[in-house]
Amino acid sequence: MSGNGPNHAPAPPPAPRRKSGAGVAIACVAVVALMVGASFAAVPLYRLFCQTTGFGGTPLVGQEANAHVVDHVIDVRFDANVAPGVTWKFEPEQPRVSVRLGETRTVFYKITNVGDAPATGVATFNVQPDLAGQFFVKIQCFCFEEQTLKPGETIHAPVVFYVDPDLLKQPETKDLSSITLSYTVFRSKNGSPVAATAVNADKNNL
Amino acid sequence: MASSSTAAHADHADHPTGLRRWLFSTNHKDIGTMYLFSALMAGLIGGFLSILMRIELQEPGLQLFSNGQMFNVIVTGHGLIMVFFVVMPALIGGFGNWFVPLMIGAPDMAFPRLNNISLWLTICAFLLLVVSLFVGGAPGSTGFGGGWTVYPPLSTSGHPGPALDFGILALHAAGASSILGAINFITTILNMRAPGMTLHKMPLFAWGMLVTAFLLLISLPVLAGAITMLLTDRNFGTTFFDPAGGGDPVLYQHLFWFFGHPEVYIMILPAFGIISHIISTFSRKPIFGYLGMAYAMVAIGAVGFIVWAHHMYTVGLSLDTQRYFVFATMVIAVPTGIKIFSWIATMWGGSIRMTAPMLWAVGFVFLFTVGGVTGVVLANAGIDRELHNTYYVIAHFHYVLSLGAVFGIFAGWYYWFPKMFGYIVPDWIGKLHFWLAFIGANVLFFPMHFLGLAGMPRHYVDYPNAFAGWHRIASYGSYIFAFSLLVFFYGVYVAWRRKERAANDPWGMGSPTLEWTLSSPPPFHQFEKLPRITGSADH
Repeated sequence: MSGNGPNHAPAPPPAPRRKSGAGVAIACVAVVALMVGASFAAVPLYRLFCQTTGFGGTPLVGQEANAHVVDHVIDVRFDANVAPGVTWKFEPEQPRVSVRLGETRTVFYKITNVGDAPATGVATFNVQPDLAGQFFVKIQCFCFEEQTLKPGETIHAPVVFYVDPDLLKQPETKDLSSITLSYTVFRSKNGSPVAATAVNADKNNL
Repeated sequence: MASSSTAAHADHADHPTGLRRWLFSTNHKDIGTMYLFSALMAGLIGGFLSILMRIELQEPGLQLFSNGQMFNVIVTGHGLIMVFFVVMPALIGGFGNWFVPLMIGAPDMAFPRLNNISLWLTICAFLLLVVSLFVGGAPGSTGFGGGWTVYPPLSTSGHPGPALDFGILALHAAGASSILGAINFITTILNMRAPGMTLHKMPLFAWGMLVTAFLLLISLPVLAGAITMLLTDRNFGTTFFDPAGGGDPVLYQHLFWFFGHPEVYIMILPAFGIISHIISTFSRKPIFGYLGMAYAMVAIGAVGFIVWAHHMYTVGLSLDTQRYFVFATMVIAVPTGIKIFSWIATMWGGSIRMTAPMLWAVGFVFLFTVGGVTGVVLANAGIDRELHNTYYVIAHFHYVLSLGAVFGIFAGWYYWFPKMFGYIVPDWIGKLHFWLAFIGANVLFFPMHFLGLAGMPRHYVDYPNAFAGWHRIASYGSYIFAFSLLVFFYGVYVAWRRKERAANDPWGMGSPTLEWTLSSPPPFHQFEKLPRITGSADH
């Protein structure tokens, strides 16, 4: 390591076997590669985690109605937002409904394209409070796929859902009197939503 | 304990000079010196930014800055510079390069050329960061003003200009530099210890550096991943952190703090090592509980990886998640307490000499304990609701970093200055520097606890008149601290002016670690005949 000058006087005694640094270095590089991979893997894993556990207010997706209905009424409120740049008028047909836990309900959102060009949007959704996400089960929802509306077209988009009676078993949620289901519609391009650009954001805001 | 025979070849054949010596350097001591110098320069710039902030905050209303965005750009620059280009280069690149090979009896680092790359990557990264202050950021202003954490969505949609892209590249380069440095340290420490120096006989500074290197190796790639996602979100239309495309801005916070929390230990563990040596030397006693001290650092490093979300109590974590992070965070107080009490136990009954480095070390223990106590307060999720993003947090992390890590750097500076440069800084200058810095820093940061408890939020350029009193006092403290730096430079000037030669062991305490067996300054190449370590661990 330290430059071997020609006038190196005392010949070193049989040098203690110097282990190769390459092995350690390669192991270290492998750790770095693993951690970079892990940080990118966090993206799909985090999404999967949210979808399976309802973490952070992610509503669950269910296949069929719940047979088990409890006589405990809770308010479900509906909220609708449109991101800048989407020419939709978007609102729930009723602002709220009272449901019994476990009861399957259908509500409609009214969507109108008020622009003069076809507009495609896709909705993201969330439940407040966050902890209620794991008990809010959607069986059918317009938000699962993107919608294209011709200029002036109006549709009535259904959401079929129930609130899982297990809500009462969780100490943080058992006293809830209402849950809010919130949608935000974003512009969609080629099937994958893209963020509305900040340009002219305020002008286009409905 | 060390029977070393140093084949000191002062006029060794391979002793380049000028550009070849410094620009192409592969010598761990020269590289360490350059790291220290660059940290000093960056520290002056970062410190200058903080003085600007204190001038602005001395009175309510706008004094220096025309708007809050400019102020936030300065805040962000101060944070990034101090973390990545002052504390890390000084402790890891500077003292780590200088003293890890000397303490473990190695001729140099394992990969000297890699060491050179690390150094110049850091300097390039610093230049990139400085450039980012002057290119377009948010509309109508320059620089990035979103804080050193660079949270989206402000970082993805609020700053269309290239400032943050420069910042991200700077972090990438600094991160790559630190990862290469970490590989170098790990290989050096694992493979190149002198015969007879087992891991359990290794000096505590080398232990601190080993743990730090592992933390860097595991945490920095995650930061690199997170800011790469930020870069592609900004420039290439991905939506990792954008809900419009199914992303989640909170994911960024998880990734960032998975790096960010170990990072705070990266900044303090080398200082722990330095403080241990100083306290042991000037108490004339081996360090109390050597193995406990070493494994406390390992424990702090390990637990540091599983507490990150205590920075994120307010993002909507479930109560059970918060309970876990509160508990795990408080567990860190145990190994930290082991270290504090072992330092005190080392001093207890020792023959203490209050030299300048010892003053700095004792000051470190005191200030770090204050910062640690407020850390335990903040660890409680309930209290954190009240204190999140207030000046209480600012006070807490400046007590552990600005006062902890920086006092560790100055302690190491005064302790090793005679060894590194061969000259003596008069002790009274180091002591004067200490007292000015100690008083200044406390006057600066202690009132911030009161401001935070009263509700003063961080990152604000202006505040209601109710906060004016303590803000003014904090500003006075910052001027005292800045003045202490003039004393520091005067000490360096006097050392080179008087050229009072330092002995091999200038503290005359029979210091047990290997660097004191060499001349001051050490020969250009040392330990060509490896020292043999006998006896038991006694430091």
